[in-house]
Amino acid sequence: MKKSRDVYILFSTLILFFLVNIFYLSMGWLDFWGKGLGIVTGAAFTLAMYSFLYKDNPVFKIAENLFVGVAMGYWIIITWFNILKPDVFETILVPIFKETGTPPQFTILIPTLLGMFMLLRFSKKLAWMSRWSFAFIVGLGSGITIPNFIHAFILKQLTFDSLIAPSIPVSINNFLVLLGVVSVLIYFFFSVEHKGVVGGISIIGVWFLMIAFGASFGYTVMARMSLLIGRIQFLIRDWLGLIQ
Amino acid sequence: MYNLPNILISTVFVFFCAFPVFAAGGKTLIPPTDFEAYDTPSDNGKGVSLRWPASPSESIDTEYVVFVSRNIDAPFVTEALRINSQTMYEDNSDFKYHYAEIDPENILRKSSAQNNQIRKKEKYYFKLAITSGSSIVETGKLASALPKSDWFDWKKLNNFVLMISFVALVLFFINHARKSPNLFIRKISGLDAIDEALGRATEMGKPALFVHGLNGMGSISTIAAVNILGKIAFRIAEYDTTLKVANIDPIVMSVSQEVVKESYMEAGRPDAYVEDNIFLAASEQFPYVAAVSGIMVREKPATNFFMGYFYAESLILAETGANTGAIQIAATDSYTQLPFFITTCDYTLIGEELYAASAYLSREPLLLGSLRAQDIGKGILIVALVVGTILTTLGVGFVSYLFMAG
Repeated sequence: MKKSRDVYILFSTLILFFLVNIFYLSMGWLDFWGKGLGIVTGAAFTLAMYSFLYKDNPVFKIAENLFVGVAMGYWIIITWFNILKPDVFETILVPIFKETGTPPQFTILIPTLLGMFMLLRFSKKLAWMSRWSFAFIVGLGSGITIPNFIHAFILKQLTFDSLIAPSIPVSINNFLVLLGVVSVLIYFFFSVEHKGVVGGISIIGVWFLMIAFGASFGYTVMARMSLLIGRIQFLIRDWLGLIQ
Repeated sequence: MYNLPNILISTVFVFFCAFPVFAAGGKTLIPPTDFEAYDTPSDNGKGVSLRWPASPSESIDTEYVVFVSRNIDAPFVTEALRINSQTMYEDNSDFKYHYAEIDPENILRKSSAQNNQIRKKEKYYFKLAITSGSSIVETGKLASALPKSDWFDWKKLNNFVLMISFVALVLFFINHARKSPNLFIRKISGLDAIDEALGRATEMGKPALFVHGLNGMGSISTIAAVNILGKIAFRIAEYDTTLKVANIDPIVMSVSQEVVKESYMEAGRPDAYVEDNIFLAASEQFPYVAAVSGIMVREKPATNFFMGYFYAESLILAETGANTGAIQIAATDSYTQLPFFITTCDYTLIGEELYAASAYLSREPLLLGSLRAQDIGKGILIVALVVGTILTTLGVGFVSYLFMAG
């Protein structure tokens, strides 16, 4: 019973969507060969994605798979045009076979080989060589990240302001910042049980965290609302033309 | 007494000297009295620092222009820098000096036809001028500099000292943890719930889904997430449950496959390992969300783990997971996404708890020692903060210089 209801809802929605588009196209309100095709497709996929709010359905599945497939295809093209072509093909292969005025840059062979080792995962015998690439990536990532982390998250943050500022609100602000940072840092102490004084200070830290998270939540929800408004505007202005 | 030629010469001289000063419709343009160029210290050998005193004719419509040339006799036509005269003051100079760092080779290469030509290190010559409207007045002094590369960036000495001290602390506490393996770690309830969540998945005969964040292997949170994945995979192998790992990054996927495989082998269940369960769901953010949400509603995993660094997809994933009735445990250091996990997941590991998780789960001396060293590091920072603030309040400011970011 419930399943048949879902089928009815699905088909009536699809029929309604087609009727609306045929009506708009026949009235000339949508220019099929101009922007119309793009608008209709955009509206179809927007509605297909929103249909997930009701429940999982075949229309959502089609949109989901198309979305994943298109993104993968796009990613492959981006990889070729932004990485492989300029960094490998045009710097090593082209100068070897064609006079370009610049000699082949054979140093590029090292990262290229490391990249090719990743493909050896398909071979059971040679799959171990891909670990060299992983080791290089993880090691390089850590090596770059750790000094930057110290720079950005410790040294840049360690500025000392006087607790006795020219105005009382600034003094209170400086005190709250100090209290917040110290109490939150104590909350993240793992070697000490959070009892007694440490427990009390860490509770203050949790309060600071929750206030910050609450503010962040509200801020982000507002940003998401603006995204929703953008989509609704697309549907009722660009597609249906109900507002200007 | 009055020699006519001398008077004429003097008049012409005074006219030409005064011309720049009263150029541009009477606007006074007085060039800076000094101009110096020198190799930028502690750099990669490309930078040249330029410094000159502020001119009295600085105004909103006055600009400084620095010309660069490889040859002292060649005409100075290439602009290396053009700034408003009331900008780029040297720090702590009280608006009395201007300071700029430029890469002359890059500037000359861009302006030259032979822009790919590799050149030897050479001296660069600079000429400073002040300009307003159509008038331009050059300083009389020509400056030159030869950029040199340095082995050490002295501005980052404190960064280096902190890193070395921290490494020493970590090594010391790893050694300490090996000698006394029962180092105390406070209770982290989100991690205690992992066994409960996996037990539920086993009882229900449904898979557990592990979702990495969006970042690659260069991210510390992804490395921490992969560590936790190893521990979870070990328990999963023991419980004989299915583990699915949805990835967005092929390198993270490959590393995850290795980690999960090793955990299964460690648990004595290499036969239970299915490589296809650690898969690339999609390569872009929102297709990834659509794919993972689809998996959640179709396969209805009993447990969802969200561990790593997340962006806007966090709420959609966690909300979908909550709707399917799964137990959800999240761990991220992405503070903008933490509120969403806190509201939609059963347990959330906040920030550094993500890094502590692998030590908590495995109790390996290596990780326990690191965790203890981190706590000591935090203790040092707290002391530095409190002492530094008290000293600054008392008017002693040297602590700020010790921790100045280079």
